[in-house]
Amino acid sequence: MTETLTGAQIAIRLLERQGVRTVAGIPGGAILPIYDALGQSTVIHHVLARHEQGAGFMAQGMARATGQAAVCMASSGPGATNLLTAIADAKLDSIPLVAITGQVPRAMIGTDAFQEVDTYGLSIPITKHNFLVNSAEELLEVIPRAFEIALSGRPGPVLVDIPKDVQTQAIEIADWPAPGVRQMPPAADALAISEAAAMINASKRPILYLGGGVVHSGAASVAVDLANKANLPTVMTLMALGAMPVDHPLSLGMLGMHGARCTNLALDECDLLIAVGARFDDRATGKVAAFCPQAKIIHIDIDPAELDKIKTAHVGIAADVQEALERLSPLVSANPRREWNTRVDELKRDFPQHMPDLDLPLSHFGLIRTVAACLDDEAVIATDVGQHQMWVAQAYPLRRPRQWLTSGGLGTMGFGVPAAIGAALAEPQRTVVCFTGDGSILMNIQELVTAAEENVNVKIVLMDNASLGLVHQQQTLFYGERLFASQFKATPDFIKVAQGFGIAAVDLDSAANPCAALMEAIARPGPCLIHASIDVQQKVFPMVPPGAANRDMIGA
Amino acid sequence: MNALTKNERQALSRAVLEIDVNNHPGVMSHVIGLFSRRTYNVEGILCLPVGDGACSRIWLLVNEDARLPQMMKQAEKLEDVIAIRRHHADHAVFSELEDFFRP
Repeated sequence: MTETLTGAQIAIRLLERQGVRTVAGIPGGAILPIYDALGQSTVIHHVLARHEQGAGFMAQGMARATGQAAVCMASSGPGATNLLTAIADAKLDSIPLVAITGQVPRAMIGTDAFQEVDTYGLSIPITKHNFLVNSAEELLEVIPRAFEIALSGRPGPVLVDIPKDVQTQAIEIADWPAPGVRQMPPAADALAISEAAAMINASKRPILYLGGGVVHSGAASVAVDLANKANLPTVMTLMALGAMPVDHPLSLGMLGMHGARCTNLALDECDLLIAVGARFDDRATGKVAAFCPQAKIIHIDIDPAELDKIKTAHVGIAADVQEALERLSPLVSANPRREWNTRVDELKRDFPQHMPDLDLPLSHFGLIRTVAACLDDEAVIATDVGQHQMWVAQAYPLRRPRQWLTSGGLGTMGFGVPAAIGAALAEPQRTVVCFTGDGSILMNIQELVTAAEENVNVKIVLMDNASLGLVHQQQTLFYGERLFASQFKATPDFIKVAQGFGIAAVDLDSAANPCAALMEAIARPGPCLIHASIDVQQKVFPMVPPGAANRDMIGA
Repeated sequence: MNALTKNERQALSRAVLEIDVNNHPGVMSHVIGLFSRRTYNVEGILCLPVGDGACSRIWLLVNEDARLPQMMKQAEKLEDVIAIRRHHADHAVFSELEDFFRP
């Protein structure tokens, strides 16, 4: 039986068939046929963002919390350009995203038509792949393929640009294509796996180095099992936090620019670095030539282009990291490794992460720990970008993969609030906390009204130092204390702003009992802004100065 | 690369890349974009359809550079790249065209 459908109806039907149940976006002229079809869908819930970047980050929040590809939509021209930052962010953190944009009709492409921009050309360097769809027929191939590409191999964003006349073109459909699903890469090379196992077995001072790929691959538990079996001290990148519970005895927490001193010093002494789903980012390695100077390297990553990109591996394995670890683990001998773990414990004892004032709920670390005390591991913790992000990375007891949503590679201020909304939409049973700063929150503040409209269970903890804290910190430390453009001369009344957008707000500064006020705000369902002023003089320490070796950290 | 004089450029060794791709608008941007956004100059480009025109072959003349193996890996990741092969700079595809490029 055939039916006659427009390109727009086909696109929406294909999204339904993919299992998409929530999309975020903003309509506009060139995508109205798709919105018309979307309005008729009984299974897809559309979340109307207030800025396309917000829609992009909401989709990211859904994808990061679930591991499934998520969809955002925008019209042509400014709608599409507003999406670009969220797409670029997804590229750098390998997040499966399908962005659908309207485009002017094909006959008008290249004429500088109203709201025409070269969305295809603009998105080439920031997508895993992109399509400019030429006919309604082509949608049947392109949309499942977009999901397959977004989910397969190293995940990433895919953009599908659909001209308006393709959306309105009606064709007869007899058969529907299968939904696009994740394709598995070839199995890990058996010889390389056994070489890697021999290297681990022969090593005296190995360290397991977990990256975001471990979370994407669903390999966290097999990685922890391997660490347990061979007693491998384990470091995590910012993207991998939660892969191993931070209070696990083998965990050394986050490495790199704002890692604990003991973590970076242990890496300095290791004789074997087992990098899994990590890409030797400069914020993790510091000065590359001085990173793990004594270590041989095993590098396992699903992206062959990551092997030997920054550091040459002695054994490089291009494979799904879960599959590779599952095959590696049985070949690795159980080993108490007492001498090395004693040494690592010494380093932990002598050079721990310094966290003052944990018992003061209005200190930066105290606030983070008090929030943690109100929640269990089922909560999702999102952040924006800045000092607050690094403090949460250092202090929050993350214990579960996909518990932690943060903009790592691109470091996008404005990520937090919409990403938290997306996570809450995808996983309504969870409490989602978004730690943010007064700089970051203003970059997507308009999404507070979306949070109110959707009544999502998002608690925004605003750490307000009335400045761009990391800029302030760098100017203080490295630019002769010449503070410029890092302190806000005017600041909004965030309580009134939140209330004006229709969400509850609590000011811990004026609360008689900040702990009780915080607990009550977190326990109350629905969106809430929790404001706390923090001291602008507080720094993210320790810190590896830009360009320095990780061993040369400054600060406590 | 761009700061080198013409003589310095000629003194560098060259490589020829042969890239089989799907033939549709935008493929050239994907391939060349990998080089341009790393300020890696492409000295020569040739492209023609192959067989029935569903695929094309792109020939690139590039300077030898420590980044070339990484460039080839990145090119292999492109959805529209079917295969990539590396040849020596003396490959006939560019040398036989020299007559068309006399100053």
